[in-house]
Amino acid sequence: MIELKHVTKKYEEGIHAVNDISLHILPGEFVFIVGDSGSGKSTIIKLLLKEIEPTKGRVFVNGKDIGLISHRQIPKFRRNVGVVFQNFRLLEDRNVYENVAFALRVVEAPRSRIKKRVPLMLSLVGLAAKYRSLPRQLAGGEQQRVAIARALINEPKILLADEPTGNLDATNAWEIMKLLEEINQKGTTVVVVTHNMDIVRAMNKRVITINKGVVVEDKKGRGDFNQYVSL
Amino acid sequence: MISISTFLYNLRQGFVNIWRNKMFSLASVATMTACIFLLGVFYSIGSNFNQMVHDAEEGVAVTVFFDEDASDEQITKIGKAIGDREEVARVEFVSAEQAWEDFKDVYFEGNEEAAESFKEDNPLAKSANYEIYLADVAEQDELVEYLQGLDGVREVHQSEVAARTLTDFNSLLTYISIGVIIILIAVAVFLISNTVTVGIAVRKKEIAIMKLIGATDRFVRAPFVVEGVVIGLVGSIIPLVLLYFLYKAIMSYVTDRFIALNSMVSFIPANEVFRFLIPVSILLGVGIGYVGSRFTLKRHLKV
Ligand SMILES: Nc1ncnc2c1ncn2[C@@H]1O[C@H](COP(=O)(O)OP(=O)(O)OP(=O)(O)O)[C@@H](O)[C@H]1O
Ligand SMILES: [Mg+2]
Repeated sequence: MIELKHVTKKYEEGIHAVNDISLHILPGEFVFIVGDSGSGKSTIIKLLLKEIEPTKGRVFVNGKDIGLISHRQIPKFRRNVGVVFQNFRLLEDRNVYENVAFALRVVEAPRSRIKKRVPLMLSLVGLAAKYRSLPRQLAGGEQQRVAIARALINEPKILLADEPTGNLDATNAWEIMKLLEEINQKGTTVVVVTHNMDIVRAMNKRVITINKGVVVEDKKGRGDFNQYVSL
Repeated sequence: MISISTFLYNLRQGFVNIWRNKMFSLASVATMTACIFLLGVFYSIGSNFNQMVHDAEEGVAVTVFFDEDASDEQITKIGKAIGDREEVARVEFVSAEQAWEDFKDVYFEGNEEAAESFKEDNPLAKSANYEIYLADVAEQDELVEYLQGLDGVREVHQSEVAARTLTDFNSLLTYISIGVIIILIAVAVFLISNTVTVGIAVRKKEIAIMKLIGATDRFVRAPFVVEGVVIGLVGSIIPLVLLYFLYKAIMSYVTDRFIALNSMVSFIPANEVFRFLIPVSILLGVGIGYVGSRFTLKRHLKV
C-alpha cells in the first residue's frame, strides 16, 4: 500500500530531512510515526502526497510509483489519500461547511451527496453547531477537527494524519483517535504522526520511530488490527 | 466534461471572488474601461478622419482640356481611354455650355444680367473638358503623365498639393492609429495581468491547498477564469456605453453648432462605428480577461 525505498530528501538548505529511509506499510494497517521535532515526520507525509519530490529513492502509494505519475494524474491520485495537515491548511475564506464540502466538490460529487455527507461528518467531529464559522473564528482544536472531517469525508483508501490531536485536550484527542480506529476497521490504511506518547502506548499499534531522518525503531503493536505488520 | 453543479459552483465561486476582492476587481474593471475607452475614442476619431480624407480625395479631380481642333469623335475616344484606367473612379464630360453655366453660378451670383451679356459669345467656348475622379490619389502623377501623352489633349490641370498632402496625411494617420491601438492593447494586457498577479499572489496558499486535496488544475482555475471574463465583459461594456452616448452627443453638437462645417465634415453614423467597435471591444475585454487569468495562474498550479 505504502512503500519507501531508500528515500532521501534534502532541502535546498542542505539538511537531510529524510536520509535513506525504507519502510513498508500494508493495506489496512494503523501505524504511528513518532520522533523528535525536526526528525523528518512531516517530510515523509509530504513525500507520500507528492507535495515534494524525493532527492533519491522511490515512493510507492497504492501500488504505484508516484514519481512516475504525470501532472494531470496527480489529482486522481490525491483523491484516494485523505490528509490532515500539521498546520491544518484550511481555506481561510470559506466557512467550516464549505471547507469540508470542498473535498467532495473536487470530486464533483452530486449536491445531494454533499448535503447529506457534510453535516454528518461535522457532527461526527463535534462541529455541527459551528458550520458557518470561518477558520479564523475557531479555536486551534476546532480547526483541527475541520481538517479531520475534510480528510475523512471522501472515505479515502489511505489517511495521513500529521499531529491530528496536537491541539486537542485529552478527551477530544481520544474521540478523534477512536474515530480514526473506526475508519481503519472499515479498511482505510491509517498513518498518524504524533507526539502524544500516552495515546501511542494506549492504542498499541505499530510504531515507527524516526530520528534525524532515519528509522531507528519499528515496533509491532499488540492491538487488534496489527496482524499484518512486517519489518 | 464537467457536471452542471460543478459548473454552477465554479461560476458562483467566480462571483464570490469578484465580490471578496472588490478593490482588485474594481481596479481591473477601471483599467480595462480606460483602455477600451481610449481605444474607442481613437478608433472613432481615426475612422472619421479616414472617411473625411476619402471624401476629400473623391473630390480631387484632374481636368483634361482638348485641342481646339479636336473632333467629337476624338474626344469620345479620349474619354473611353481614361475610363478604362484602373485608378480612375469616375469620368465626367463637361461641355463648354455646362462649364459656363457652372462658372456663372459661382461668379455672377446676384448679378445675372451682367452674365447675360456674354450669352451669345461663350467666353469659355474652349473649356469643354473631362473631370476625372480618382480612386486612388497616389496614382495621380502617373495618370497626368499618361494624359499629357494622349492625342488631342491640350492641357491637364491637377490639384497636386492637395492630393499629395491628403495622401500623406492619410497614411500617416493609419500608421498612428495602428501604433496607438497596439500600445493600448499592450498597456491593457500588462495592467490586467499585473492586477491578476496581485490577486493570485494573495490566494497562492489557497490554490496550493486545493491542489493538495485533489482538485484538478481546471477546477482551481475555473473561478479565476470566470472572474477574468466577467471583469473583461464589464470593463468593455462600460466604455462602450459611454462611447456610444459621447459619440452621439459630439455628433449632434458639431452638426448643430458648426453648420458651416457640415459640407466638409460628415460623421460616420454611430451604428456603423459601433458595429465594429462592440464586437472588437467585447472580444478584446473578454480575451484579455481570459488569457490574463489563465496564464497568470499557470505558475501557481504546479503543486
Ligand atoms: N521547506 C523546507 N525547506 C528547508 N528545510 C525544511 C523544509 N521543511 C522542513 N525542513 C527541515 O527538514 C527537517 C525535517 O522537517 P519536518 O517538518 O519533516 O520535521 P518534523 O519531524 O515534522 O518536525 P515536527 O515534529 O516539529 O513537526 C527540519 O530540520 C526542517 O528544518
Ligand atoms: Mg511536522
